[in-house]
Amino acid sequence: MLNYDLVVVGGGPAGMAAALQAHEEGIEKILILERADTLGGILEQCIHTGFGLHYFGEELSGPEYAGRFIEQVYNTDIDVKVDTMVLDISADNVVTAVNNFDGLLTIQAKAIVLAMGCRERPRGALSIAGSRAAGIMTAGTAQKYVNMDGYMPGKTVVILGSGDIGLIMARRMTLEGAKVKAVCELMPYSGGLTRNIVQCLEDFGIPLRLSCTVVATHGKERLEGVTVANVDEHLKPIPGTEEYIPCDTLMLSVGLIPENELSKNAGITLDPVTNGPVVDEYRETTHKGVFACGNVLQVHDLVDFVTEESKLAGLGAAKYIKGEKAEDGVVHTKGENGVRYIVPQNINRATDKDVKLYFRVGRVLENVTLTVTCGDEVLLSKKKRKMTPGEMEYITLKAEVVKHLPADSTIVVSTKEA
Amino acid sequence: MEKRDLICVSCPIGCAITVDLDDNGQVISVTGNTCKRGDSYARQECTHPERMLTSTVKVEGGRLPVVPVKSAKPIPKELLFDCMTEINKVTLTAPVKIGDVVLKNILNTGVDIVATNEA
Repeated sequence: MLNYDLVVVGGGPAGMAAALQAHEEGIEKILILERADTLGGILEQCIHTGFGLHYFGEELSGPEYAGRFIEQVYNTDIDVKVDTMVLDISADNVVTAVNNFDGLLTIQAKAIVLAMGCRERPRGALSIAGSRAAGIMTAGTAQKYVNMDGYMPGKTVVILGSGDIGLIMARRMTLEGAKVKAVCELMPYSGGLTRNIVQCLEDFGIPLRLSCTVVATHGKERLEGVTVANVDEHLKPIPGTEEYIPCDTLMLSVGLIPENELSKNAGITLDPVTNGPVVDEYRETTHKGVFACGNVLQVHDLVDFVTEESKLAGLGAAKYIKGEKAEDGVVHTKGENGVRYIVPQNINRATDKDVKLYFRVGRVLENVTLTVTCGDEVLLSKKKRKMTPGEMEYITLKAEVVKHLPADSTIVVSTKEA
Repeated sequence: MEKRDLICVSCPIGCAITVDLDDNGQVISVTGNTCKRGDSYARQECTHPERMLTSTVKVEGGRLPVVPVKSAKPIPKELLFDCMTEINKVTLTAPVKIGDVVLKNILNTGVDIVATNEA
């Protein structure tokens, strides 16, 4: 059995930032386990720019952003095993993994950071009628085909879902000569960033059809077309609005799901809204010494925030290993009136840092008063012009404010429209 | 005189901006924005819109068959497809490093196309 102070599961932006931060805090024996054949995670296929505007103050492509961290990792004595699949995490923090070189590996860790990222919601989760013709794939799969494998998955495309990956792929396919006929979005608003709607769709005259979905796919061997229809306020297709669009490719960009099979098997409590672990302000899960960060914890819009969150988890793991993580009862957090969830779900009252409460709203809200309360006490209040489900928000709570709250009390983040 | 409707991308609010242009394409007025950033975004968009261009080029002998590239600076929006044609003519030979110039001064824009990953 190998022994490490810290084992990081996943070598994407989250895992690398957490490992580097722990290293900076003086943690000596760190191991990153990565399933793919290189570090970098999903950024390797995200060749568009827009990464790093917050963190580096520069507009980088995904591989460039990842490259900066990969270089830092290899300039330290952090150990890395790629092509390595983690199978299990035990109650006493033994990690079981497997690869071609070592065979079966067991690693005793003092602390573990979960940084497995997320995966796309597949077709099977949507129940669209039709046969299993070739040409139906998630937008991320198409992105890998085009950007890493170097071939085009189709010539005429319909995209279902207006998440950022779908919007980015609409532009990418268009630049490579394909015709993107429409992006259909079930909801009355887009789930993507405004910048992407303008620069990926409007720039190329690609129609965004809101309150619209794909109700059937046609074709047996290869996709020949899809039937789209408008939906009512209950998101049910409206009879009579069906329209046939010929296409050879249907891309799905219908949401991301944190990849928490390992966490579930380890008995870690998950938040039913985020589908990620329940964590404290340093991103420690309900399993002592196991931390989580990045898209495995909550699906982020910007990698810059993943890096920030992961550094926090790396710092927390380092504190845990050194026995310096303060505990003096926790307060809980909860979202109400349109606030769907809060990360972190728990905050240690003895925390030594101001705490950013991250959240998303459930629908588009305008002229909002955002309040943070505990019992009858208003801790914070802030006005916002507009909030949308597509953009993660945060509000910062001072450490000294948390300190004075009773143990086991609940902090509520709530919105009110004027 | 021409009217142009834009959605501002400067922040999540996404203001609906209307720009009035004279016959020479000069901006007369910007309305609908709620901050200064919206004003400058709208002026830039109506006079000389620019975009970053990213794509891939073929590479021989690399880990993968293609390597990603970007324009080192934004290029005029109307040249995006012409630039794609030029980029698609290129085949590199490994090794390629991040930042290597793949195409110098593409279409006389003064902008280089550079590699954004190793190959």
